[in-house]
Amino acid sequence: MPVMTYLQAISDGLREEMRRDERVFIIGEDVGVYGGAFKVTQGFQAEFGDWRVLDAPLAETAIVGACTGAALMGMRPVAEMQFADFVSCAWDHLTTVAAKQHYRTGAAVPIVVRCPSGGGFSGGPFHSQNPESSFAHIPGLRIACPSTPADAKGLLLTAIRDPNPVLYFEHKHLYRRIKGEVPDGDVVVPFGQARIARPGSDVTLVTWGAMVHTAIEAAALLEAEDGSAVEVIDLRTIVPWDREAVLSSVVRTSRLLVLHEDTRTGGFGAEIAATIAEEAFEDLDAPVMRIAAPDTPVPFSPTLEKAFLPQVEDVVTALKELAAY
Amino acid sequence: MGLDRHDALELYRAMLLTRGVEERGHILYRQGKIPGSFYTGRGNEAAAVGVAWAMAPNDVGCPTQRDMGAHIVRGTEPWRIFAQYMGRIDGPTRGKDGNVHMGDTQLGMIAMVSHLPAMLPVATGCALAFRLRGEARVAVGWLGDGGSARGDAHEAMNFAGVRRLPVVFVIDNTQFAYSTPGQLQFSIAHLADRANAYGFEGVVVDGTDVLAVYREARAAIEKARAGGGPTLLELVTLRMEGHAVHDDAFYVPRGLHERWLEKDPIERHRAWLRLNDPDFSEDVDEGVRSDVKRVLIEAIRRADESPMPAPDDALTGVWAEPEELDTPHHR
Repeated sequence: MPVMTYLQAISDGLREEMRRDERVFIIGEDVGVYGGAFKVTQGFQAEFGDWRVLDAPLAETAIVGACTGAALMGMRPVAEMQFADFVSCAWDHLTTVAAKQHYRTGAAVPIVVRCPSGGGFSGGPFHSQNPESSFAHIPGLRIACPSTPADAKGLLLTAIRDPNPVLYFEHKHLYRRIKGEVPDGDVVVPFGQARIARPGSDVTLVTWGAMVHTAIEAAALLEAEDGSAVEVIDLRTIVPWDREAVLSSVVRTSRLLVLHEDTRTGGFGAEIAATIAEEAFEDLDAPVMRIAAPDTPVPFSPTLEKAFLPQVEDVVTALKELAAY
Repeated sequence: MGLDRHDALELYRAMLLTRGVEERGHILYRQGKIPGSFYTGRGNEAAAVGVAWAMAPNDVGCPTQRDMGAHIVRGTEPWRIFAQYMGRIDGPTRGKDGNVHMGDTQLGMIAMVSHLPAMLPVATGCALAFRLRGEARVAVGWLGDGGSARGDAHEAMNFAGVRRLPVVFVIDNTQFAYSTPGQLQFSIAHLADRANAYGFEGVVVDGTDVLAVYREARAAIEKARAGGGPTLLELVTLRMEGHAVHDDAFYVPRGLHERWLEKDPIERHRAWLRLNDPDFSEDVDEGVRSDVKRVLIEAIRRADESPMPAPDDALTGVWAEPEELDTPHHR
């Protein structure tokens, strides 16, 4: 299997799907000549032309609204938000139009909106956010948050083929930092099937996106320190999310830590914690714990941003607390 | 202009049917048979009917709440409209949404949302699909004078202008957005003048003259089809009733309704037919009117037989299934 960066895997998936299905096209800011702010679509315009890799005006409402129209006419648009933060400018078109059109009229809206998300490089309040939980609250939107190159590609293929609007959160900090084997060709990763990123029997740690790597690092540290075996579950998609995988792990470990990079209040971790409290109360030996960013905007200065983002040591501390409860 | 004597009469019939659906709907609403709120497009019949008549069968339209005439012309059956009004299972949204929030995709109609004019970027995207596939089809996106103030209008028109997409933007300038008059929505004499800023043509049309509307819409649609890019049509009318039927429109200056009543689109076209169509006798006129009446009575009867959706239906339809994409619509 070829080894790719997370970014290469996204590119690879997009390119393959465009070759396979002529209905797929890309629309976004600077995706064409420039190849995208992060170069995910570098070289695409040369291969697919300047209409299928379409440089749009700086107008997220027009971009996502146009995707909906094109999808209703039988196309498979993939929009790139230059940064996930800017998807707020397309909020209405995702939540009001795309998410509700099938429920209201029976017309499917197969669009993908790629959202480069996450912090870790002093992007500041407007280039670092993880807005997945806001969208998870809206019925009718699917949400993928890959953490590995293989999943980045496999979930992207599923997203493009899904008949519903999909928000695909690709974590910027993983783009060139994470490498891994990616299966050749048409290998999809289904939505709603979590991955056990690290097996264990003492504590369940549920997370997604870049925090999967933080979780694995924390679990390894703790094991080296006191032999605890932490099971890290990578949800891969939060709508739908794999309740069964989390429940069956918690039944075995009786302890659950939920970790996310998004802010705490109303974050998707709260939904997971509530579900486990409702459905696995009898199995728990400790209260469900959450580690998340504090309820502030994402700060710019490196010391502040580090304080904002959940760190490996925060996770280790929480895991110890849980184990000792 | 591409209209024959038969078409001119059919335009008359379509406007009568449009007004009839809304008048009957209003009565049903007052009788408590229609839940929620009730909106009409009285005064806008010629504008909606004229534009829709100019569309080709495989063109698509994204109308607003004043454009019932477009649904009628495209072939939405009146009984299904009443079923929609009443929240019945046979309405185009099967009870999931109400009033004129409907659109039969098989008829090339896309259901509006309340966030006007959110469907303009969607219409632009339909046009983008046609351009990508090299199809000679056109999208029509409607908005109102109020909707013109929102960013969606700008983003859609700017994008369509840049890419010269086959889309026609139609502003139903009804002079009032709810209670707010045009001069508090925009600071230019004519919204059509904005087209200049987007690099395409804008045309002001008397929206009470169905033939003028048809003529300009046809020209704009065929220009778009031929690769000439978008056009902005501003159809000037007066909204002859409130924003919705709960609103008595007390804020409309005294005498304005009376003045515009003299330009009632249906009466105006009837006068034209009398003058220009030697076959349009009292008998023919009465025949059309009684035919429309019969259609409406039958439509209400049939709609009333349609069941309410089962409560469990509330939970269905959030997600599309993969096989739904294997329809001609999505092929």
